[in-house]
Amino acid sequence: MDLCFLSTNITSFVADPLSHEFMRKALLMSSLVAAVCGFLSSYLTLKGWALMGDAVSHSVMPGVVVAYALGLPFSLGAFVFGVGSVALIGFVKQKSRVKEDTVIGLVFTGFFALGIVLISKIKSNIDLHSILFGSPLGISLSDVKQTVLISLLVVILLSVFRKDLILYCFDPRHAKTVGINVLFLHYLLLTCLSLAAVVGLQSVGLVLVVAMLITPGATAYLLTDNFDNMTIISVISAIISSIIGIYFSFWFDLETGGSIVLVQTFIFLFTFLFAPRYGIFKFKKIIF
Amino acid sequence: MDKLNFKNYRIEAENICVDYHGKVALYDANLRLKAGQICGLVGMNGAGKTTFFNALTGFVNISKGKIRINGESLKIAQQDQTIAYVPQIEGIDSQFPVSVWDVVMMGRYGSMNILRSPRESDIQAVKDAIERVDLMELSSIPIGNLSGGQRKRTFLARAIAQRASILLLDEPFAGVDIRTEKLISELFIQFKNEGKTILLSTHDMIHVREFCDLVLLINKTVVAYGETSEVFTPENITSTFGGMSPDVLFGPES
Repeated sequence: MDLCFLSTNITSFVADPLSHEFMRKALLMSSLVAAVCGFLSSYLTLKGWALMGDAVSHSVMPGVVVAYALGLPFSLGAFVFGVGSVALIGFVKQKSRVKEDTVIGLVFTGFFALGIVLISKIKSNIDLHSILFGSPLGISLSDVKQTVLISLLVVILLSVFRKDLILYCFDPRHAKTVGINVLFLHYLLLTCLSLAAVVGLQSVGLVLVVAMLITPGATAYLLTDNFDNMTIISVISAIISSIIGIYFSFWFDLETGGSIVLVQTFIFLFTFLFAPRYGIFKFKKIIF
Repeated sequence: MDKLNFKNYRIEAENICVDYHGKVALYDANLRLKAGQICGLVGMNGAGKTTFFNALTGFVNISKGKIRINGESLKIAQQDQTIAYVPQIEGIDSQFPVSVWDVVMMGRYGSMNILRSPRESDIQAVKDAIERVDLMELSSIPIGNLSGGQRKRTFLARAIAQRASILLLDEPFAGVDIRTEKLISELFIQFKNEGKTILLSTHDMIHVREFCDLVLLINKTVVAYGETSEVFTPENITSTFGGMSPDVLFGPES
């Protein structure tokens, strides 16, 4: 009797939101975005590009605003400013004595501020709140198309150049020595980062997108010593976080982006404590 | 040297300079090595040893001078897999989630297709290389679980799998166990007999005497270069190490 009641409850917990079209769309799109960001995440955490991810995701802001104002696809604007910010970081670092992390902080806050000022000045229907915190429940059809296209592109690029990118993250000097184009790989990874930031932006917003790009990878890194498994775990944990996050946001009326990222953080914390080999409380052998 | 002799040199570095954002790391350095020669690169920390390696692999650009490998440009040497670099153990991320097999396979990437999918010959080359460094039973182990010596052997195996004719080794004997040291010594003799050219940096003066036909003493530039028996003198070593007595460095009997 009690058990029956419970199971009805769980069924409605899972099934009720699915009766809304916007929820089905949000779940699908967020899972896709999470998968792409999770895929990239294993490279970024190993390359040590967390701060770079933060910089790029903030720097795309003016690009999005300008693209909207000019009626261009917002991914294009975001891409230009994302890659542009990194080029600028590299330039300032090389030409001055200021340390790299300072330059990164300096450049991305400058771009971000420009974005905020532009929004306040340019008359448009851009909602600052949805850019900053995401709006997975209000994704339009053209957004869906763009997200699917960009996601496909990123997944294809990361898959084709998978082994080269692993080598680039691991030992760029060897890559160079055997005639592999390291500069190309550097910009390829940056391009993927900018594109992933753009799609992640819709789901959790600009402020939190960096979490999508590093937390799943960090979680996976604590669970395995194999790069392929790391990517798989990263993608799965990202998707699960998105789904659970959206459900919680639906039932308890929470901000969706924050809810998704919070689930990711909890999964990381749990792994941090209980990972079989690399957790605080070590349990025997590694799973994979 | 006249043009005819040019091809005889495996490595030919002429007056090379490297600077990082205006700071000179290496200037007017020269080096000429032939097939089958082992040359020791000796100098203090910060004397430009790693910079020299970086210049020879093309990892940093030289601001002046010329580098020729087998009489050709560095770009051709890279495409032809001519040079292999074996890094210092501290220079690599030991927690990176790759296995011994994965790392050795990276030695083959340069001659594979764009997807880097191994052919039968690549698999055989990797197997042979791992066997030569005696790590077959550990080939599926993540490099994070290896000892320093085993990790060093993994990167040596990568250079072997690459089938490079020039080996650049950064501190090959630093932080390795006796067994690895013995194995590396034996490999050096085999490499020499196979006609490979070896440039190795080391802090250990005994290793220089033991293996190196030639020695290159540097301190931002070349202090002395030539046959070990002629050049590796207490006076030269003292000036390389900024006035420190060679007694401190390798015992009073030298």
